[in-house]
Amino acid sequence: MMRKIGKASCLLLVLLFLYLPIFLLALYSFTDATNIGAIRGFSLHNYKTLFTTPELLQMIFGTLLLAIVSAIFATLLGTLGAVGAFYSQKSVSKAIATMNQIPVVNADVVTGFSICILLVVVCGLSKETFIPLLVGHVTLSAPFVYLSVVPKIRQMDPSIYEAALDLGATPAAALVKVVIPQITQGILSGFGLAVTLSLDDYFIATYTKPATFDTISTYVVNATKGSQTTIKTALWALSTVIFLAVVVVVTIMNFRAEKPEKERSEA
Amino acid sequence: MRFFRFSRKNLCIPYALYLILFVVAPLLVLFYYAFTDGQGRFTCGNLTGFFTDPNTLGTLCYSFAIAIATTIVCLLLAYPVAYILATGHFKTKSVVVMLFVLPMWINFSLRITALKEVLTLLEGNLARYPFFNTVIGMTYDFLPFMILPIYTTISKLDSALLEAALDLGAGSVQAFLHVTLPLSVPGILSGISMVFLPAMTNYVVLDMLYNSTYIMGSLIGSYFSAYNWHGGSMIALILLAIICLFTLLNGEAEESSARGGALL
Repeated sequence: MMRKIGKASCLLLVLLFLYLPIFLLALYSFTDATNIGAIRGFSLHNYKTLFTTPELLQMIFGTLLLAIVSAIFATLLGTLGAVGAFYSQKSVSKAIATMNQIPVVNADVVTGFSICILLVVVCGLSKETFIPLLVGHVTLSAPFVYLSVVPKIRQMDPSIYEAALDLGATPAAALVKVVIPQITQGILSGFGLAVTLSLDDYFIATYTKPATFDTISTYVVNATKGSQTTIKTALWALSTVIFLAVVVVVTIMNFRAEKPEKERSEA
Repeated sequence: MRFFRFSRKNLCIPYALYLILFVVAPLLVLFYYAFTDGQGRFTCGNLTGFFTDPNTLGTLCYSFAIAIATTIVCLLLAYPVAYILATGHFKTKSVVVMLFVLPMWINFSLRITALKEVLTLLEGNLARYPFFNTVIGMTYDFLPFMILPIYTTISKLDSALLEAALDLGAGSVQAFLHVTLPLSVPGILSGISMVFLPAMTNYVVLDMLYNSTYIMGSLIGSYFSAYNWHGGSMIALILLAIICLFTLLNGEAEESSARGGALL
């Protein structure tokens, strides 16, 4: 009994450390207070600021758009790469796997800086074109798509593909109708990972983004240094909204992940 | 048929080209810039400059100190949590595990903002304990990345091994020290690589907590703002060397599966 309580309190303490700041911020986002600890009345003005300030809205939708566009490119490239590498000679697939590993282990600062040097300093490409930013984020996330697709391809039963060919499917049709459905889960989780990586990125964006564009991360970092309290407290509201969104998405994903397993075990 | 086998392989061409263009080429350019000066002449000045300037050397030592302290704190917090989660039998396990992983999906800058407010409330002036606050901030940011790989490794352990140890007369402490702990080393190593390297370079945490920067990553930032591409490239290259060394030491076993497995 004592051990159980000890274990539970250990878990609780760490959870408290992880969540207390977020909950306090959420609590105070519903007040007029400009710093945590001050006791003020209930107010929704932070949420009003968040959803009516064009600058904030632009930054939020810009970040989301960037995340989705870069994730689409990353998923396409990473999936094609994983499928192609699996069917290539060993030397080719090994070379791809090694190159793929570089951005994964590399520090984001170095990745961002090196892409900036290549595209902006050497090639003279303007950051205002958004191309360096997009390339940066695709480089950040495509390797993770590759890594989440590869195990699914390895698990695949190769004889199903051959059976499709024997039954008269063209190779391209067999690829689309037999191979792709079997690796869909890997592609989807790769896509999800790509979106979150892009949303969370700060370093690559700082080195490659246009001067007038901000992602949530770069905006928040600059805002915490500034002294504009209306913006600062509006960001508390943003943090609360994002926290709720993450909770909803994760809950839905878990339900969906559990369901097919149940169906499979029943079958 | 022959034609198709050929084309199925070709699916990887776009990605291979992309990797060569945007992963390998930037590093080569980095290398070139690190060893040349403004006029494009070969020089080792950037390298010797780094190792003779007390400021940059101090930053290197400070980053190591921060990274080591953060890794140790993360490990001490994460191991018991991961162990309890992996070995415990409770109904809501998947939910509890999810709770520990969830913060990874919330934008880190917003989480650090929250932490900053709380620390300011507790301490008043954050600049008074810079080292302590940095370690707290980084631990707050990276802790889930340490918990997850250790949890995964321990939950995959064959429980028969532990039972055998107990049957053969080992006490539970002995069994833990001689069976569970050694077998969870791969998870620990992968957790360390997920925490140590970011802790050396993630200067935003310091930057946000008290507007000042002392670690390796921030040097690149300062060269970047000063348009000093050559000096910045050299710092990036030194960081890259440290990362390579660290990765090699760590072995290829865990292949960053933790960050990739973050989506469970």
